Amino acid sequence: MNNQPTVAPASQDTVSLEYLTFTLGDEHYGLDIMKVREIRGYEPVTKIANAPAFIKGVLNLRGDIVPIVDLRLKFNVGEASYNEFTIVIMLHINERIVGIVVDAVSDVINMQASDIKPPPEFGVAFDSQYLYGLAPVNEQMIILLNIEKLISSQELGLFDNNAVALEG
Amino acid sequence: MSMDMSQFHGVFIEESHEHLDEMEHLLLALDPSSPDVEELNSIFRAAHSIKGGSGMFAFDALITVTHVMENIFDRARQGKFQFSARVIDGLLSAVDTLRTLLKSYTDATEPDWALVNTATADLELILDPSSEPAVDTKEQAYGFFVSVGAESSSSESSEGSTEASVKVGERDDEGFGFFEPLVSTAEAPMEAGGEGSNEVTENGDDEGFGFFEPLPGPATAELDQVDDEGFGFFAPSGQSDNQVYADEKGFPVSDGVSEEAITPATGLMDKPRPAAAKLAVTGSGKADSKAKPESTEASSIRVDIVKIDSLVNLVGELVITQSMLNLIGDELTGPTVERLHSALSELERNTRELQEGIMSIRMLPMSFVFNRFPRVVRDLSKKLNKKVDLQIEGGQTEIDKGLIERLVDPLTHLVRNSLDHGIELPDVRAARGKPETGRLTLKAEQKGGNILISVLDDGGGLDRDRILVKAYENNIDVVENPTDQQVWQLIMSAGFSTAAEVTDVSGRGVGMDVVKRNIESMGGRLEIESEAGLGSSFQIRLPLTLAILDGMSIAVGGQMFIIPLVNIIESVQPDKPQLKRIGNQQVLDLRDAYWPIVRLHQVMEVEPKSEDPCEGILVLIETSKTRFALLVDELIGQQQVVIKSLEQHYRRVPGVAGATIMGDGSVALILDAESLALRVEESVAVRSGNE
Repeated sequence: MNNQPTVAPASQDTVSLEYLTFTLGDEHYGLDIMKVREIRGYEPVTKIANAPAFIKGVLNLRGDIVPIVDLRLKFNVGEASYNEFTIVIMLHINERIVGIVVDAVSDVINMQASDIKPPPEFGVAFDSQYLYGLAPVNEQMIILLNIEKLISSQELGLFDNNAVALEG
Repeated sequence: MSMDMSQFHGVFIEESHEHLDEMEHLLLALDPSSPDVEELNSIFRAAHSIKGGSGMFAFDALITVTHVMENIFDRARQGKFQFSARVIDGLLSAVDTLRTLLKSYTDATEPDWALVNTATADLELILDPSSEPAVDTKEQAYGFFVSVGAESSSSESSEGSTEASVKVGERDDEGFGFFEPLVSTAEAPMEAGGEGSNEVTENGDDEGFGFFEPLPGPATAELDQVDDEGFGFFAPSGQSDNQVYADEKGFPVSDGVSEEAITPATGLMDKPRPAAAKLAVTGSGKADSKAKPESTEASSIRVDIVKIDSLVNLVGELVITQSMLNLIGDELTGPTVERLHSALSELERNTRELQEGIMSIRMLPMSFVFNRFPRVVRDLSKKLNKKVDLQIEGGQTEIDKGLIERLVDPLTHLVRNSLDHGIELPDVRAARGKPETGRLTLKAEQKGGNILISVLDDGGGLDRDRILVKAYENNIDVVENPTDQQVWQLIMSAGFSTAAEVTDVSGRGVGMDVVKRNIESMGGRLEIESEAGLGSSFQIRLPLTLAILDGMSIAVGGQMFIIPLVNIIESVQPDKPQLKRIGNQQVLDLRDAYWPIVRLHQVMEVEPKSEDPCEGILVLIETSKTRFALLVDELIGQQQVVIKSLEQHYRRVPGVAGATIMGDGSVALILDAESLALRVEESVAVRSGNE
C-alpha cells in the first residue's frame, strides 16, 4: 500500500478542512471537498462486462469516459435504488475521474482537525483504513472518508496500474 | 555582449541530427572508387553546417571533429584524395561520434574529449597526418569563430579569410543584440531558407565564405547568393549592400568588405537568425536546387506537434457534434427539414475532409524509419561476416508520426534479429544451395485500415525444435502439441533467447517480448511466419490512425457496441439448417466454411433479445489469426467513431478496445475483434463446462 499517496496526519492538526457530506442509507459520510469535481444526477450508464456489480459502468462526462461506482452495493449500505434523487459525485483523484453513486448530498461542513475523533475499529461499513475519523456535527456523527485511498484501493479494482504495482 | 544562446540549442541540435542522417545516408550511397562530386559536396555541406552551427554555440567538440571531416571531403572534392571502403568506415564511425557528442550537448553534459581526440586522430590518419597542427591553435584563438581557422587551414588564401573573420566577429557582436527580439519570427523562415543555403556551401570552395555561416546568416547567404542570382529569396532582409561581394574572388578585399558588412549587418539583423539557422538545415539539400523558383522555398513550416494534436482532438469533438446534429436532424419534420438535411450532409462532408486533412498533417513516410537501416545492416553484416543485401519497399507509405517514433526500436530489433539469427554465414548458405548473399527486405504497405510493416529474410527460418527445448529450459509454459504459430509466439515470452551465446548484437533474451509489448502498446500486433530453410517473416500490423475508426454499430440487449469495420466480412441471418454443432461448439455452415459462433451477450454479460441465432444476426468477423461469427441482436448502422480511452479513468477491459461517444451522448464500447477471437476457445470451454 506504500504506493498510495496518503495525507500526512501532521498536516491535519492545524488545517481546517472542508468536507462534503452525503448519505448512504441511514449513515452520514463526509469527503474532502477538494477531491470533488462536480455533483450531478444519476444517468443511465453503459455497462461493462466482467466488472463487479458495484461498478455500474461508464458514462460520458464531456468527452471523458468515466467509471461509475455504487458504494452502496460495494459496502452493503442502504438500498441500491436509482431514482431522480440519486446523486453521482464526480471525484478527481490521481489525475483520474471517478463517479460515486450516493443517496443524497447534504452539506458542506468546516472541520478543525482537532474536532475529528479517531474512527471506530468496527461498526462502520468501511474498513477503518479508508476512514479519517468521526466528526460530530449537530448531534450527528459524520464518518469522514479517506476517499482517495478508497477509490485507488485494490479492493475496488478501478485502476489497472495500481493493482499491478501492488502485486509487484 | 551577453545573450542567452541556449534558446537556439534545440533548433541547432535538431538540425544537426538531420545533417548527420543525411551524411550517413550519402556516405552509404557513395561509391568509393568513383565518388560523385555532387554527393561529396552534399556531405561536405552537411559537415560544414554542423561545424558552423557549433561555432555559434561554442560546441568545441563538434567543431573539432567536423573540421577534420570537412578537410577530408574537401580534398576529395578537389580530387586530391582517394576514397576507400576503409575511409568510409572511418567516416561513418565519426558520424557516430558526432551523434554521441551531440547527445552530450543535448543533455548539457560535458562532451567526452577522449572520444573527440580518438575520432579526430582516426580521421587525421585517414587524411594525411602532415597538414594539421596549425589549425588547432587558430581554433583556440578564435573561440567561437573556429570555423574560420578551420577553413583557412585548407584554404589557399588563409590570410584573407582570417582577417575577414575578425571583422565578422565584430559585426557579430553588434548583430547579436538584434537577434533577441526576433526569436519569434525564427520558425517559419527557417524552413524557407531552402535552396539559398545550398549556394552558400556549394560555393564553399571559396573557403573563406564558409565561416560566415554561423554568424549573421543573411549576410553570408547573400554573399554567395549574389553569384547565383539567389537574390529574390532574401529580398525581405534588405541585403542590397552585399553586392560588394558580387565578385566571388573577393577574398583579398575581404577586409574592406567586411568593414562594410558591419553596417548592413545591423540592418540585416531583421531576420538574421532564421536565415542562419536555415543555412544549417538545408546546406545538405539537393545540389540541383539552384534553378528552382523562390516560391517553393517557403513550402514547409515547423509546427509544434502539440498544436497539431490539439487540432486532432478538436476535430474528434467536431465529428461527435456533427453526428449529434445528424440525429437531431433525423427527428425533425416540417418544411425546412429538406434544407436542413442537405446542409447537414454538406457539413458531414466538410467535417470528414477536415478530419482527413488534419490527420494527414501528422503522417510521415515510412522512409523516415527505413532510411536508418542501410547503416545498421551494413555495420552488422560486417561484424557478423555475413553478406546481406537490404531491400526497402514502400518507403513512401505514410504513417502517423507518433507511430514512426515508436517503431524505430522494435524494427531495429527485428532487423538485428534477422541478421544475427536468420541469415546464415556465406559458406552455410552456399552449402544449402542458396546464394551467398542473403536478402533482407523491409516492406511497408497499407492494407485496409492497417499499415503492414514486414521484415523478411531468406535465412534459415525459426528452429521449431530449438525453440521448444529452450522454452522448456526456461520454464516457459508450453501447450501440448503446439502448432507452429504457438511455437513462434514462444519467442516473444520474457527471458527467451535461442542464441547459443550472448552477443552484443542480440541474444540478451530481453528482446522479443519488449518488441511485442511496444507494438501492442501502439495498438498493433506482431505476426510471425517461418519456413525452415527458406526464411522467416515478421509482420507488424498497425492501425492507420490512432484516433478515428470506421465502425459498425450493433445492439445487444439494449446496449450498443462498435465493431471495427475492417474486421467485418459480412453479416448473415442464419437458417436453422446452417447451424451445426462440432463437439460443444456451435458453428455456422456458410458456403462450406464453418464459423464458430461467439455470443456477444455472453462475452459482454448482457441479456439478449433472443438466444437463438436464427432470430439475431451473425456478424462474420475475420482477425489476423482466426475467423468467427459473432451473434448480435441487430445491426444499427455504419459510422465513424472517435476512439476514447477507457484506461484513462478506468482500466483495460478484456474484449474491448476502447469506448466512443455516440450521437446521443451515450457511451458505446468498441469491441476488440482480436481479443474476442482469443475468447473463442475460452467460451467453448465455459460452455462445455455448463452443459
